[in-house]
Amino acid sequence: MHFEFSDDQKALGEAARRYLEAKCSPDAVRAQMERSVPYDRTLWQGLAEMGYAGIAVPEEYGGLGLGYLELCVVSEELGRVLAPVPFSSVLLASELLLEAGTPAQKSAWLPRLVRGEAIGTLAVAERHGALSPQSIRLSAAGCRLNGVKIAVPDGLAADFAIVAARTGDAANAIALFFVDLRGDGVARTAAATIDPSRGHANLTLKNTPAEPLGPPGAGWRLIETILDRAAVLTAFEQTGGADRALESARDYALARYAFGRPIGAFQAIKHMLADMYVAATLARSNAYYGAWALATGAPELPQAAAAARLSATSAFQLCAKNNIQTHGGMGFTWAFDCHLFYRRSALLALNLGAAPYWENRLITQMRARQPAAMGVAA
Amino acid sequence: MNFDDTPAQARFRAEARAWLDANAPHELADDIKGAVYGSFALKSVDIIAASKAWAKKKADAGWACLSWPKDYGGRGATPIERVIWQQEEGIFNFLNTLFVVGHGMCAPTLIAHASETDRRLLLPRMAAGEDVWCQLFSEPAAGSDLAGLRTKATRHADHWIINGQKIWTSFAQYADYGIILTRTDPTVPKHQGLTMFYVNMRSPGIEVRPIRQANGMSSFNEVFFTDVQIPDTQRLGAAGNGWNVSLTTLMNERLSIGGTISTGFEWLFDFCCRFDTGDGLAVEDPAIRSRLANWAVMASGLKYTGFRAISALSRGETPGPENSIGKLVAGAMSQQIASFAMELQGQAGILADPALTPDAAHAQFMMLRAPASRLEGGTDEILRNIIAERVLGLPPDIRIDKTIPFNQLPAASA
Repeated sequence: MHFEFSDDQKALGEAARRYLEAKCSPDAVRAQMERSVPYDRTLWQGLAEMGYAGIAVPEEYGGLGLGYLELCVVSEELGRVLAPVPFSSVLLASELLLEAGTPAQKSAWLPRLVRGEAIGTLAVAERHGALSPQSIRLSAAGCRLNGVKIAVPDGLAADFAIVAARTGDAANAIALFFVDLRGDGVARTAAATIDPSRGHANLTLKNTPAEPLGPPGAGWRLIETILDRAAVLTAFEQTGGADRALESARDYALARYAFGRPIGAFQAIKHMLADMYVAATLARSNAYYGAWALATGAPELPQAAAAARLSATSAFQLCAKNNIQTHGGMGFTWAFDCHLFYRRSALLALNLGAAPYWENRLITQMRARQPAAMGVAA
Repeated sequence: MNFDDTPAQARFRAEARAWLDANAPHELADDIKGAVYGSFALKSVDIIAASKAWAKKKADAGWACLSWPKDYGGRGATPIERVIWQQEEGIFNFLNTLFVVGHGMCAPTLIAHASETDRRLLLPRMAAGEDVWCQLFSEPAAGSDLAGLRTKATRHADHWIINGQKIWTSFAQYADYGIILTRTDPTVPKHQGLTMFYVNMRSPGIEVRPIRQANGMSSFNEVFFTDVQIPDTQRLGAAGNGWNVSLTTLMNERLSIGGTISTGFEWLFDFCCRFDTGDGLAVEDPAIRSRLANWAVMASGLKYTGFRAISALSRGETPGPENSIGKLVAGAMSQQIASFAMELQGQAGILADPALTPDAAHAQFMMLRAPASRLEGGTDEILRNIIAERVLGLPPDIRIDKTIPFNQLPAASA
């Protein structure tokens, strides 16, 4: 059994960590929250130069041509430092282009994404509520789109969006379209979110020209496929964030004295931190399961992705909120870093669909794999 | 990243599987699967005889206590081979229950601290199930604070006289031997006045009384010692060094890797796939699905944490501290899962008659047993302290009992 990353993969992660620790301090993340530009361009350009914008993109499109496991270790490092860059959006866009794009779409955009010269994103959500095909109202008439998309990640910075649109009245009549956001019929405004270190936008499309991406009627299946992959990679991002929040709480518990001793000597603090460690450990193990399923193309991927997603979401949220609790009042200041983790943990908990979507997916998959119910006794 | 065996591991697994196919007591399989939750009994056979027979059969064929040296009745196998064996032995692991304490805790202590003569004499018999061993550590007033124990051992020329009481001793009623931690010097601080021995459980002056537990069953005992003689040759480690010797015993939790601590989830999920709440199958209810999903990821998290530890063993490394979370997670989960399953059964969930209750009252018996899972082998609170101190590096508690002589420590009045 080799249920861990290889030495080469670990070395890739360590290199990413060194780079990111030097280039992406918590102060840089905090500064990004107050800037008017939608992401840290210098950092993203630097990451792209190191190849991180196209880790799993084939070499013919300028990518590194590595696998999903390499992508996982880098995602974890970006999560640790809360990198304010469009990594996940570019990843979703690349995966969708590779999965369903025409040769022309791929050769036009993948090399630019990989070089950090273009940004793509996926636009699904239109209103408050659950992620489902029924929630898609933005309509496609031929190759013209009309409707709104909200909370689109990197929507202000993106050059193009892959947009989920309704092509008919049937519940699953959903198709994906490639939309040049710099073209006609696109209005976009910056969206105020719980985590301004990552830019989001609301889009209004009016008679907007679009190109189909993938076969008609396959839109929702494609979204599910891509969200499964993104869930695993985001789980690593969340696991990195959870670990870092736990380390921050641990360090503060050692350094802060009250009642004549470090607060980390009090069992109330110790037990809270132990529970954070438990959650982070479970999350990491589930993320590895997801990584294995993703890298091997296993049929368990939807189940493993949902498990990784749910476990990592709850671990990051627990670690982030208890990191503030450990810091006491100082943890509620803008100057301390705690809120950066708290905000990001809340953002990542929702941006690929909230828990109910993944809980439902997990149980559906587990049930399909469950051998005929036997019972312990008759 | 893969779950595959190396070629050598695959050969070992095939060999183990072939032997098990030919030799395991397959006729007991259904009986084992149907055993009442928390009970140590089989319907068709005497569990003690069946356990001993299985141990003997394995020992005769070289499949007992795989990681021990051959000279002591083991196989000299690698840690990963031991894990593979355990996976292959599967449900027949149930028949090892009687020997878990001996093989997992007493034996490593003997290997580290007994004389070579004793090791060659005692360990092969233990491996073959000829002798059952128990561990006599906890006392009524010394549980989490084990070093506060009071059972007294007094030196007399070539032997010691033991007086006191032990508690929570699993399988003492079947045990031939035990390892016992005693206080030999109450005038020094608590950790410095302890001494470890092994003791013949048939010695005069030993009385074993089953404890009637809160769940109505009796799997633990009280053991009373009245002027019990133990030869000095049965001392394990130096007089006064018993605390360090006991740490050898307790540190052997590493060997428990690959074992499964039941969370109850596998059963719950299966149950929810067949149980009709009156409003359709439980597994189809969105609120129930949400609860199931939360436990599902904890169960899979534990499973894959175990796989990470096995991977470390496979590389010849010592697994990291992540393995320490298993019992903490599983104990609390089994308690929550039991209550939840009963809740699904509505008012009839109070019925604990195996004949009238789904799955032979599995949920009900699990609920009644669960408090013990959160206490035995380290309480939830001790486990959190261990994670906080040894894994996260937080400072220990301020102690007022480490430097004062034991007999001057404040204690509850009798």
